Amino acid sequence: MRGRSSVRPAPFEYFAPRTVDEALDLLARHGSEAKPLAGGQSLVPMMNMRLARPAVVVDLNRVAALSVMRADAGGLRLGALVRQQALERDARVAAGAPLLAEAAPLIGHLQTRTRGTVGGSLVHADPAAELPACMIALDAGFHLRSARVSRTCRAEEFFQGLLATALGPDELLVEVEVPAAAPRTGHGFAEVARRHGDFALVGAGAVLSLDEAGRCRQVRLVIFGAGDVAHLVRAAAALVGEPPAPGRLAEVGRAAAAEIDACDDLHATAAYRRHVAAGLAAQALIRARARAEAAP
Amino acid sequence: MTLHAISLTVNGTERQARVMPRLLLADLLREDFGLTGTHLGCEHGACGACTVLIDGEPARSCLLFAVQADGCRVETVEGLAGSGPDSALHPLQEAFRARHALQCGFCTPGMLMTLAAYLRENPSPAEADIRVALSGNLCRCTGYQNIVLAALDAAAALRGAGASR
Amino acid sequence: MKFVGDRHLRKEDPRLLTGRGRYVGDIALPGMLHAALLRSPHAHARIRVVDGARAREHPGVVDVVSFADLGGAGRPLPIVPPHPELRGRNFCALAGDRTRFVGEAVAVVVADSRYAAEDARELIDVDYEPLPSAQTLAAGAAAVHQELPDNLAGRVTLSSGDVEAALAASPRVARLQLRIGRGGGQPMETRGLVADWNAALGQLTVWASSQVPHQIRQFIGELLDLTPHQVRVIAPDVGGGFGAKLIVYPEDVLIPFLARRLARPVRWLEDRLEHMLAATQEREQEHEVTIGFDDGGRLLAFRDRFVHDTGAYTPRGLVVPLLTASMLTGPYRIPAVESSFESRYTHRVPVTPYRGAGQPQAVFVIERVLDLVARETGRDPAAVRLANLVCPEDMPWDVGLSNYRGSGNVVLDSGDLPSVLRRALESAGYEALRAEAAAARARGRLVGVGVACYVELTGVGPFESARVRVDAAGRIAVFTGATTQGQGIETTFAQVAADELGVTPADVSVIAGDTAGIEHGVGSFASRAAVVGGTAVALAAGDVRTKALMLAAQALGVAETEIQQTGLTFADGRRPEKRVSFAELARQAGAATAALGVDPGLESTRFFQPTDIAYSSGAHVALVEVDPLSARVRILGYWISHDSGRLINPMVVEGQIQGGVALGIGSALLEEIVYDEAGQPLAGSYMDYLLPTADDVPAMVIEHLETLSPLNPLGIKGVGESGALPVPAVLASAIDDALGPDGGRVTRMPLGPARLLDLLPPPG
Repeated sequence: MRGRSSVRPAPFEYFAPRTVDEALDLLARHGSEAKPLAGGQSLVPMMNMRLARPAVVVDLNRVAALSVMRADAGGLRLGALVRQQALERDARVAAGAPLLAEAAPLIGHLQTRTRGTVGGSLVHADPAAELPACMIALDAGFHLRSARVSRTCRAEEFFQGLLATALGPDELLVEVEVPAAAPRTGHGFAEVARRHGDFALVGAGAVLSLDEAGRCRQVRLVIFGAGDVAHLVRAAAALVGEPPAPGRLAEVGRAAAAEIDACDDLHATAAYRRHVAAGLAAQALIRARARAEAAP
Repeated sequence: MTLHAISLTVNGTERQARVMPRLLLADLLREDFGLTGTHLGCEHGACGACTVLIDGEPARSCLLFAVQADGCRVETVEGLAGSGPDSALHPLQEAFRARHALQCGFCTPGMLMTLAAYLRENPSPAEADIRVALSGNLCRCTGYQNIVLAALDAAAALRGAGASR
Repeated sequence: MKFVGDRHLRKEDPRLLTGRGRYVGDIALPGMLHAALLRSPHAHARIRVVDGARAREHPGVVDVVSFADLGGAGRPLPIVPPHPELRGRNFCALAGDRTRFVGEAVAVVVADSRYAAEDARELIDVDYEPLPSAQTLAAGAAAVHQELPDNLAGRVTLSSGDVEAALAASPRVARLQLRIGRGGGQPMETRGLVADWNAALGQLTVWASSQVPHQIRQFIGELLDLTPHQVRVIAPDVGGGFGAKLIVYPEDVLIPFLARRLARPVRWLEDRLEHMLAATQEREQEHEVTIGFDDGGRLLAFRDRFVHDTGAYTPRGLVVPLLTASMLTGPYRIPAVESSFESRYTHRVPVTPYRGAGQPQAVFVIERVLDLVARETGRDPAAVRLANLVCPEDMPWDVGLSNYRGSGNVVLDSGDLPSVLRRALESAGYEALRAEAAAARARGRLVGVGVACYVELTGVGPFESARVRVDAAGRIAVFTGATTQGQGIETTFAQVAADELGVTPADVSVIAGDTAGIEHGVGSFASRAAVVGGTAVALAAGDVRTKALMLAAQALGVAETEIQQTGLTFADGRRPEKRVSFAELARQAGAATAALGVDPGLESTRFFQPTDIAYSSGAHVALVEVDPLSARVRILGYWISHDSGRLINPMVVEGQIQGGVALGIGSALLEEIVYDEAGQPLAGSYMDYLLPTADDVPAMVIEHLETLSPLNPLGIKGVGESGALPVPAVLASAIDDALGPDGGRVTRMPLGPARLLDLLPPPG
């Protein structure tokens, strides 16, 4: 902070478009001077503290098309402005992406989730946030649009660095698509935070599918809260083709801890993060396996 | 700088204002409308003292621009009791008093509004649920125990009344 | 007593529950301007130039002020209290040629809106020459004050008996190094002032979110050259203090200065980030302890040398380390004691008391010592404490160390410390709890039981004031220099006054913290309001009733013994239709002639000057579980036994204890102010400075004992800080137990999960 305290934003111009095209037009026109506003739970504190000073704010909250949630055989489609609260409450999420339903109550507090959005959290890309990690574990696809271009990006390519994503300055994340789960798929989630609702010191999300013989067909394990970006664990690939025995899962957990890029900060040391990551990864995998066994 | 005309309902009353975009909703309520019951404890979205209801949902008014509240229904602590001079206090307010769930009173409006919304959605919470629900509302005075007891009392009273307040 | 002792619901609540409180931020005066302070980004720097020219040009800006504009108002604020060993330095309303901590105020901009003031603040140009800063308590650090190159603010040794000889003669000797980190009171309402200069009256009115309005009035008078009559300071509804609002700050002089200079009301509201930089903090100390004890677990000798971080200035002198040093023996009998400290300046936020005021550190030290003795002698920790506690038959017990005021020794006036501990143990079901924890540990869980005892210094002088007045309309008002920040004195003082006056609390209005209501006052801190202020209220109310009875007897033509009072009316007991009201008596007194034989007015102003400090006591028991993976601590049970003498309102007392424990949990497990090597504070907001939430604080069981204090007529002792004192100690005790013999020992607070992980026993 260096002695600076500010709790009122610098001046800005404000627009509240009603359609995606209008919003994209505004971004194209104002370029890097414009910031889209979704839930405001990350952006507005930064604006209040004058750490972010966009000259133009494009409020997306009136773009009804961005709040749509659809579930079908192909999977679950979440508009970027779907509130985090909907992830905890909506039956379609519980059915189509239960990992999100389980992680959502850990995102901040009640007041965070009534305003905070799926897209907002993803685009802010805090390495200790739950949703980016979950989307990588779910192998979600992100639909990005600018005034000129529409493209899709897989979650793990989207998150590129500390608070940095593949999103261009004139682009919006408009929708996230979670593919329908294969049969016999289960999820697991575990995180450690200093207090309820705080950003995770470290966390793990896992999605695991079994074949008819009870061997692991597919697995995605993500560790977050350590390093600049949520990390898709390479060592998990070794589980494919085997029955996921607890000892193996614990081994993968330890390997995951060795892969991550942990660092020291005010709240935890790198050693702490590695130690906890190993345990949480194992827990997430064990829960995922148990759910996969019980799943149709 | 362009001023934006907004129209919103505050505690059931239609209000209008012309606001600069960066005016925080908390400041609109406190300074422009004189509704100083909503308090600012941190101004960066961490303490919950500024919690109001926007279309029935609890939200931090320090993280909302007034201009975003155009067309919305806003409820603050001043509207929690019925209107009128002899109006009855809301069961939460009664319970807070009976249980000594406030000391300095600064976090109290935020606590009340968060609980008012929470109990509407969760009429029979367990103690642990209430503690989690309130984890975004900091109190430095009470140690929370009496707040939790008051919330449980109010939940029971609301269930008994069968009311949808 | 009808109302004292009653769980009387609070008179404050109706307005606070309906959003009708009036805090400083709610006060808006016509023509009011808004101030924003520019604070130093450097821990240590020479200030070469402060140039407000660009800022002045900004629309809405009325003025930009720096040290050069202050004149006499720029003198250093007085230091209270003095001490012969103190080499004290205090801040000024704005930093002059040098800034000594990140956050020190350097300039102020005044504008027609908060937003404009923050905009313009960015345009103030300051030319700093950054200098090396002292970020360590070790020797050789950069000098904070040039004329004090060793950064020593004071060095004191307190002793009783010959500790060297006692150590040499002790069958067993052990050493401990303990560290306590920095934290702050963190009330939910930050600081703030509204100042209004009325030129026609030549009077300044100041609303301040403060614990000490009378002291602010005094400092304003001295620095702005105004007489007491010209300055009125009011503490309106205050949203918590906890020590953060205990001292007179630079802004408390600066904002009134601006109001007079600009002839317009000025409001300044501290924001939270600013509060993290500028509101005082406390606790940071490093202790080296040596103890001597016997195989029975009795303490024979105790020596503690500690270094205290006092930050960049000493507005409160040596009070905090003196409190720690003098309270180190706690409730225990130790024949030979030596406690000594060095208080050192650093380029950091100044250190003044916050809830607990040096005592949590003392409790942490002595309680860690007792747990060590228990371990070394193979005895139960509670039994070791019982063996060392001062007993009732020892009271009053002279600890042998000078108290922090230097007015005498620490003398434990009253209490039954063994009963207090036993009550907590019974309440917790201690034996069963220990067995349960041991069984859990046998099954691989890290579950432990901790115990801690304390005595708390309360009710300090110099005095507190109360003026009780019945006016001609029969309204009863109590004015007092005590202030309220949530501890409910509008209600508790009304209870006291009501009992003395023979009326009900609803009949009594308490007006606290308004210098126009009463000329002399001190304020609320150090758990003193109920003890010292409450007593003053009782005395003054007693006077009023005495006078009323006398006047009623004269008015009704009967003897005083015949008078029967029913609420606000006094009647002839034998012919009750003959009666007179408080209002009538007040009117009569208002026109008192010589014949009436009394001074005019039905009122009395009294001061209570306690002859000594009253000591409360208590014991806490905690059951905790440490997660073996994350090292997070969960408090599974918490039992408190507490003795603060007579309770005016047990409901209020329990609330104070619960709040104190919550704050203690914060300082034990969550809250820490950390500086980097350049003196930049790393926990600059509530993202990083973690206060306990409802999910972090357990339900507590509280048992009361009441041994009346002999030091005041009502037998009251203070309780405001009690809850906070033993929490780090009891949690350390429980965590040690949970980690078992193969785990590390807690020597440091706060204890976050990363540090605690290092103490966990190896698995298996």
